[in-house]
Amino acid sequence: MNITIRGVRGSIPTFNPETMLYGGHTSCLEVVEDDCLLVLDAGTGIQNLNLSPNLDVHRIDILLTHLHIDHIQGLGFFKPLFDSSKEVHIWGVGTKTKSLRARIGRYFSPPLFPVYFRNLACKLIIHEIDNSIFNIGPFTIQSQYIIHPGPTVGYRVQSPRGVLTFIPDHEPALGQMKLTNEISWLSGIELASGADILMHDAQYTREEYRMKIGWGHSAMEDTLQFAALANVKKLYLFHHDPMHTDAMLDEMLKGLKENTSYPFPFEMAVEGTRIEL
Amino acid sequence: MSYPIEIILNRQLADCLAIPVFITDTSGNLLFYNEPAEDILGRRYEDTGEMPVEEWSTIFKSKDENGNLLDPGELPLVRTLHNQLPYFKTFWIESLIGKSIKISVSSYPIIGRNGVFVGAVAIFWSPSEE
Repeated sequence: MNITIRGVRGSIPTFNPETMLYGGHTSCLEVVEDDCLLVLDAGTGIQNLNLSPNLDVHRIDILLTHLHIDHIQGLGFFKPLFDSSKEVHIWGVGTKTKSLRARIGRYFSPPLFPVYFRNLACKLIIHEIDNSIFNIGPFTIQSQYIIHPGPTVGYRVQSPRGVLTFIPDHEPALGQMKLTNEISWLSGIELASGADILMHDAQYTREEYRMKIGWGHSAMEDTLQFAALANVKKLYLFHHDPMHTDAMLDEMLKGLKENTSYPFPFEMAVEGTRIEL
Repeated sequence: MSYPIEIILNRQLADCLAIPVFITDTSGNLLFYNEPAEDILGRRYEDTGEMPVEEWSTIFKSKDENGNLLDPGELPLVRTLHNQLPYFKTFWIESLIGKSIKISVSSYPIIGRNGVFVGAVAIFWSPSEE
């Protein structure tokens, strides 16, 4: 399983000289194994994927965690959608009252976007999921609702070579003074359990989180504890706050390394990073 | 294995409330009760943790205004578990130490976005607070 981080930022693309190291594109991962291409989230990072040689496949599967704009903003600029030789599968969450097609269709329509969903050239197949398990090529994928405003899932992507868990937006500590140690009461833990790689929301510092409770994101310290409870092998702190510069992220990581002692390695996710499992 | 987030979020809400709240799974096993509910059960969640339906349903007796035992099928939470609908009823409960209190109970099913029934909630309060 080859993973490339195409976008790491949360909320809004953030490009300036102070964010060049970690990257400014919003949530997107490229995952490849045996000529099977998965795209996890379609934030503006999907723009980086347009140049990938891995796009030279007939079928592409896009797995959306949810439909907040930072996770779908790049969708309309993804070249395979406009290529009649491609088969694009979009997986995501519908609701009781609106199908996934109708919900994404709000983005693919004026005044937000000039091209309607129905006018896309590719062969488009929509899959509605919730707490689901499904197979794509060599991958077995589990999706599960997690705590974040609006319908949101995390993904556990398993192949013979390992497990990647992707939970870019998540607030498991919501309503508590701190993250619970009771596994059965912890949102998302099943997805992350024993994962080789966990990419998890870590948008805020502890102090920032206190001012933004209920916004759907995690304090970095809670993310570390979550990873420890899940017994993951490596953690990438993901969904960087748009106000966090490279220097600030460096400083925050240094502080976390100095003040904690977890048995697994962890680092800030950096746009362009390639990981081989 | 963790509980569905609909159950987790109900617990987190219950944790913040001053009214007694009980949360069960679809079989009626008691998954969580908050601090105000501890007064009704006479036990602490910290001590008991989760309780099977056979255990917690015997902690108090439910009676009508004439002191007759209520059929369990008349209780709001039991009806919610059977029919997956909200219910309300005012009745008397008698604890193991013989203390009787008049109580109103509202119950509702926890049905997630995907339409799956995952549990139920019962909220208790004294009718004098109505």
